[in-house]
Amino acid sequence: MNKTPKWVDIALIPAINLVLALIVSGLVVLYIGENPLEAMAIMVNGAVGSSYGWGYTLYYATNFIFTGLAVAVAFQAKLFNIGGEGQAAIGGLGVALVCIALPWPHWLIALPVAVIGSALFGAAWAAIPAYLQAKRGSHIVITTIMFNFIASALLVYLLVNVLKEPGSMAPETGRFPEGARLPSAHDMAGWVGLSFSRSAPLNISFFLAIAACVAVWALIWRTRLGYEIRALGHSEPAAVYAGISPVKTVMWAMLISGGLAGMMGVNAVMGEAERLVIDSVQGAGFVGIAVALMGRSHPAGVFLAGLLFGMLYQGGGELEFEKPAISREMILVIQALVILFTGALDNMVRNPVETFFNARARRKPKPQPTTAAE
Amino acid sequence: MDLTTILQILDSTLRLATPLLFAALAGLFSERSGIIDIGLEGKMLAAAFFSASVAAFTGSVWMGLAGGIAASVVLSLIHGLASITFQGNQLISGVAINFLASGTTVVIGEAWFGLGGRTPQLEGSGRFQEMTLPFAETLSAVPIVGPFYATVLSGHSVLVYVGLVTVALTWWVLFRTRFGLRLRAVGENPESVDTAGVSVAKMRFAAVMIAGVLCGIAGAYLATGLAAGFVKEMSAGRGFIALAALIFAKWRPVPVLFACLLFGLLEAIGNRFQNIDLLGVNVPTQFMQALPYILTVVILAGFVGKAIPPRAGGQPYVKER
Repeated sequence: MNKTPKWVDIALIPAINLVLALIVSGLVVLYIGENPLEAMAIMVNGAVGSSYGWGYTLYYATNFIFTGLAVAVAFQAKLFNIGGEGQAAIGGLGVALVCIALPWPHWLIALPVAVIGSALFGAAWAAIPAYLQAKRGSHIVITTIMFNFIASALLVYLLVNVLKEPGSMAPETGRFPEGARLPSAHDMAGWVGLSFSRSAPLNISFFLAIAACVAVWALIWRTRLGYEIRALGHSEPAAVYAGISPVKTVMWAMLISGGLAGMMGVNAVMGEAERLVIDSVQGAGFVGIAVALMGRSHPAGVFLAGLLFGMLYQGGGELEFEKPAISREMILVIQALVILFTGALDNMVRNPVETFFNARARRKPKPQPTTAAE
Repeated sequence: MDLTTILQILDSTLRLATPLLFAALAGLFSERSGIIDIGLEGKMLAAAFFSASVAAFTGSVWMGLAGGIAASVVLSLIHGLASITFQGNQLISGVAINFLASGTTVVIGEAWFGLGGRTPQLEGSGRFQEMTLPFAETLSAVPIVGPFYATVLSGHSVLVYVGLVTVALTWWVLFRTRFGLRLRAVGENPESVDTAGVSVAKMRFAAVMIAGVLCGIAGAYLATGLAAGFVKEMSAGRGFIALAALIFAKWRPVPVLFACLLFGLLEAIGNRFQNIDLLGVNVPTQFMQALPYILTVVILAGFVGKAIPPRAGGQPYVKER
């Protein structure tokens, strides 16, 4: 019987996994002849040492929270949505189409429409893999991988042949109209009389990400659909026995997942670039997998893991700047090791830790026997 | 389109199909044993980097090949450790391996060579040379068959021919040996194999190791056969196309060859023509690039013959609770 305390599962084991990943990353840094502790200090300072650093850290975190939530919602239904990259790219397309369709008078009007556009486009891109999984049993991992590549080809085609600004060489849309530009952190800090770095890309979408975390929590733990998603994730036969339709639940879980991934476009396309460029996602869809694994598929965990990865991405950029011997791809190494240790090799840490706590629980005298049988 | 163009396209089809073929056969061994492998891409990339690096250091392409295979096998070991020993999620392990390869190849490459993630240009014995098959010259006078033999079949590096032989070998191992029978059985029904007294873990490790070797050859061919050195992200999704070919071929060796040739042909046509006019409709290159993925989704959807994966694929085998 499992007597492991809850804090071990949600805090201790992820922490040990993270430390292992950082130790191995440190060994890589040591191998290429640099000091890992110094590298770590540069990364932390670069990520949170200035309002400029925070502006980038939180901007990246916003992307990762959306894609992390996307993976987490699908994980709750035991579906592995590896297609966040494609769904976010198509979501970005939705945002761009909304922004260039009308001469928006004010961002307050443009933002809700762009959010809806991004979510609908992202959900639509998840819909076919979801349908094939639900109705025809095609493995969702493979179909979503395939859809990532199809999305990237589609976007290149659209940007080169359809959406490109006439007369421009670059395969990107023209700049969005003034009324479709989101307030940056610099603008928002100005409203309350504070100052914030002007050049950082952090914008109002960060609050949208926080709202999405709350909404996902409410959805998963406070609604009927969320209950059905979790029930399906725990045991499909039990869910079916309880009258839950697997087809409907898989469809909803994946549509919500795709919609969340698509909403990343609001931050990256509307908030930062203010135009649609090729590869607006830049791997954030895959980072979402690491974020969801670290965050144990819980919105609060996803938020914290998103922040951590935001720091990693911003700090990694600064690290390359300060130490040219360590290239930016070091971020990918750390990310890979986090996924490996928290995801794939989880049992390597979990088994000994649980054995330890179970043994300790057995040694302790039992609490007063209850009158009713358990 | 004249005959020369067609022959040239077929020639590059065979070239481009070879890395796909090795990687798809790697996936075949792994997945037939019940271990899903979406880390083909990463293993290929790591092998490409280490083969090019070792070839650059030693000047020997064979040493390079060995280095590439070693790198790929190390990643396979990690995959085996995660998915067999620790019964972790095979898909997540594959994702981690892909990132590990994209990251380490550049980080280490930069530290070793300082060329922005590239390896030095390989020359002479550092690359696989093209070999002319016997009688290619004499036979080329024979109409149709002659030029086909001389242009399409002859003039490739030795790994292309090794790839074709490997298809036959894979079929023989899987369907005509005791090892192959057991390997397929652990992928369909591991309990039965366990009951028969054969270690499921050992069989799966063997399959994953074979996959590592084959992926290593695929990567080495990319960097030292097709190209003359490693460049960042040079596998460019080929591992996933190989995975697509594997599904397209429904996990069978000979159809894998044809699927890889088909996807190689699509790439060859896409490389040669920017736009293709098909019956008056302009087909953009991006569509050609996406076609392998679209075809795979169609096959997976089961509208054109259903693709049924090995039954125990993706599930760790737990002997008892």
